[in-house]
Amino acid sequence: MEVTRRQFLHVGAAGAVGAAGAGMSPLGFDLGAAVTVRQELRIAGATVSRTVCPYCAVGCALLAYTKKDGDGKTHLLQIEGDPDSPVNEGRLCPKGASALQLALSRRRVEAPMYREPGAAEWKQVSWDFALDVLARNIKESRDRTFVTTDFDGNVVNRCEGIAFAGGAAFSSEEGYLATKLMRGFGFVFLEQQARV
Amino acid sequence: MTNHWRDIRHADVILINGANPAEAHPVGFQWMMRAKTDRGAKMIHADPRFTRTSAVSDKHLRIRVGTDVAYFGGLINHVLTNNLFHREYVEFATNAGFVVKEGFSFDEGMFNGFNADKKIYDQTQWTYELGPDGFAKVDIAHPRSVLNLMRQHYSRYTPEMVERITGIPRDEFLAVADIVGQTGKPDKVMTIVYAVGLTHHTTGVQLIRSGALLQLLLGNMGRPGGGMNAERGHANIQGNTDHAISWDILPGYLRAPAPGQKNLDDYVARSAAKKLQSNSLNFFGTNYRKFMVSLLKTWYGDAATKDNEFAFDHLPKPAADSSWLSIFDAALQKKMEGLMLSGMTATSIGPDSNQVLQALSNLKWLCVMDAYATTSSEFWRAPGLDPSQVKTEVLMLPATHWIEKDGSFTNSGRWAQWKEQVLPPDGQARHDHWILAEVFQRVRKMYQEQGGKFPEPILQLVMPYKDPAKPELDEIAQEINGKSLVTGQRLATFADLKDDGTTTAGDWIYTGHYPEAGNLTKRRDGIQDPAKNDPTGMGFYPNWAWSWPANRRVLYNRASADPQGKPWDPQRPGIQWDAAAGKWAGDVPDYPATADPAKAESPLPFIMTGEGVGRLFSNGVSDGPFPEHYEPIESPVQNPLHPKVSTTPVAFLYDERAGRQNRFGTPDKFPYVATSYRLTEHEHYVTQNVDQLVALQPEAFVEVPAELATEKGIKNGDAVRVSSMRGKLEVRAVVTSRLGPLTIDGKKVYQIGIPIHWGFVGIKTGQHWLANALTPFVGDASARTPEFKAFLVNIEKM
Repeated sequence: MEVTRRQFLHVGAAGAVGAAGAGMSPLGFDLGAAVTVRQELRIAGATVSRTVCPYCAVGCALLAYTKKDGDGKTHLLQIEGDPDSPVNEGRLCPKGASALQLALSRRRVEAPMYREPGAAEWKQVSWDFALDVLARNIKESRDRTFVTTDFDGNVVNRCEGIAFAGGAAFSSEEGYLATKLMRGFGFVFLEQQARV
Repeated sequence: MTNHWRDIRHADVILINGANPAEAHPVGFQWMMRAKTDRGAKMIHADPRFTRTSAVSDKHLRIRVGTDVAYFGGLINHVLTNNLFHREYVEFATNAGFVVKEGFSFDEGMFNGFNADKKIYDQTQWTYELGPDGFAKVDIAHPRSVLNLMRQHYSRYTPEMVERITGIPRDEFLAVADIVGQTGKPDKVMTIVYAVGLTHHTTGVQLIRSGALLQLLLGNMGRPGGGMNAERGHANIQGNTDHAISWDILPGYLRAPAPGQKNLDDYVARSAAKKLQSNSLNFFGTNYRKFMVSLLKTWYGDAATKDNEFAFDHLPKPAADSSWLSIFDAALQKKMEGLMLSGMTATSIGPDSNQVLQALSNLKWLCVMDAYATTSSEFWRAPGLDPSQVKTEVLMLPATHWIEKDGSFTNSGRWAQWKEQVLPPDGQARHDHWILAEVFQRVRKMYQEQGGKFPEPILQLVMPYKDPAKPELDEIAQEINGKSLVTGQRLATFADLKDDGTTTAGDWIYTGHYPEAGNLTKRRDGIQDPAKNDPTGMGFYPNWAWSWPANRRVLYNRASADPQGKPWDPQRPGIQWDAAAGKWAGDVPDYPATADPAKAESPLPFIMTGEGVGRLFSNGVSDGPFPEHYEPIESPVQNPLHPKVSTTPVAFLYDERAGRQNRFGTPDKFPYVATSYRLTEHEHYVTQNVDQLVALQPEAFVEVPAELATEKGIKNGDAVRVSSMRGKLEVRAVVTSRLGPLTIDGKKVYQIGIPIHWGFVGIKTGQHWLANALTPFVGDASARTPEFKAFLVNIEKM
């Protein structure tokens, strides 16, 4: 018997626990029923958010299930394909199916890090320090490499000494803001993942 | 994509080149399988490897990498020679009948207009003969009609020549040509699906154009189940290209202004298409100024006035190409001081990672914004580098990733889908856009307090957000949509944009995605109720998210119907003229909604071109008005068509131009062709941080053809060294018959396959080899997209 995600949840909510027989183990224990109960408990009462897979550009719609614990921390319980999507109809590839691990990776960078010229190690720094360094670098390099008029006398108002590249996983609105701010600085070396 | 993922199920023939959707876009691939299972579509896969895509295809053609122009050119020749093209479509919807200006020539690999000093073509030489009315002369029987010049140009691409260049045996090619040729009938349609296997070449733009020419000839553009469909490889390359994080464009594919353009008149005159037929709507060209002025008003607000050309001088004007390769070339020349990388790792991406490492070492400063450490944030301690010798100051700023912020992703099919914020930022991580906005505020403050070079654009840039250092993506989405400065209301269509400074739009192709009614990219009326949500039954699902432009699901869809407005195939209508209602019905028409096709003054079908029709001949690309086969820069053979001009004469050779030593290899030392690609379980480099995926594909390897392995004494699992002129990998060999030898112009040629995913950062630190250490530092003549997909290597057993 094929059960859709939607029917599955419905059945779970109604208190019926899976189709007898389909999930029988050799010992006669109904695995299907056990799995249904477990799934039901894990995401019961969870908040469902709609998101989109962060990997390739098929654009598979995802449902993300979260719950808040007693001290207000949000826990991500499950990510699965959105069965309503005309793009993926609930299906996911190995990368999309493991998106939860990307979301909860133990490998995140914890704090701003700074590496002095020639240093062999990072130094952890504050956001304020890091943003000051970046702002000062932009100002100094921009002032040093800004060209207002080229050899032919054309007004060009460009900064030749700073480049910006990013980011294929930007939300579109972030990408737009990046375009706007970087051109505001006068940068012409602008790139993202489209060519590479 | 001109079409969209679900639409592929309408195809009768699916031609796949430079792509492996079964492994790289598995969920999108279901729509190709649906075409096969539901309507018996034929799937044809031309690829150097026999992949999982090949395994379910009706035909797999083993093709040499970088030779797809020869393959498509052979198909074009087959279609023209046997009169299999869709004649009524071609006469109605293409420039086949336009007469090309006298002087056009193609001889021994060279088009007319070549400037040998600058090594570029003068593209203005490739143009039409104009009549006394100033419009292009149309006479399809003329010896210099586009159609007749095409016949002549592609007559050289015989099945024998296709075999000599591509390695596809003549009989196999002809069997495929027979299938493809049948889609020139009005009730048949073919789609072409491609990915970076076509773009990553010195002839990348022409590889794609040659497919587009075939599609125009067969009458497959604009139709459900047809089109040219690029599979994008990252979640939001499409959206970020639309919004122009790219040196050469402004949002909405407006050209970046160039030196010498003194004002908006100059800019529009040199950027916008000219009307070339009396009944060409030339929508883009005609409205170019409105879109540009609305953008300038969005960015510079009250400082953009009619008197100062709406602050046109504030926009930077690049001296020359400033794309990816040019950034690192400038750093190698010590002209680049600083680099900001956000979610991209230059070191792994390459090409020529060793040269990129040198470029990063030459910078004064590097700022990496990412959720994870990357081979760029850690470049100064890459294997073989001595950190004490690397004088670059490096910042690593922890950024949030997709699930910790909202905003939209635009998929390959141009569907902009809003995503909700699911989790709060992890630890100290900050959103990329908050980092950029905050830094902008800090730099602005320094210019306010200290002055500096031309501070006006920084001081006057409009930051109309509740907190300018922390803009909400919802606020930015509204800014992108644009509004009337008279009523203050957000606009529902770009048709309302003005060039008098009374409207704004951050990106005109997204105007209408967020009207007063709300953000349409949040809509989710999908397959839960097909009868209600897919009223045409064609799978457009108009109330699922929103697609640009104007929520249109298939671009150029006027060409899905005949001149009278009847669908070429009534079973698969895109749009059709409803005479009773006096309007077009179906998808959102790519045409004026009430233009009656029976009236002679109704516009020609392609409203975005100056010609009013699709271009078989074009001066829009820098290496020729017709696609021509040129060898990859590193190739095992001379071009059989014109050995004296073997590679494209207009590729920009960075090392040579900058006076650096040549880094290209020759077949005597590097006899094997190599290509690079992805595996299903990884996405570039970020997945080296995902335990499950690292467990599935834990180790770097190369795929070696079984025959070559026998010759070299390499067994499955042996350690091998693969080297190019630029670098090496020392990894395991997977010996496979999926890669077989080819016979190219009488010579036996092997191809080696190199997955790209490993580097010196990741869960498995022992896997430190960078695939792009091998790839050449050279790009497409027009787009400068690097030639990642065809280069020469040697292989030895270790």
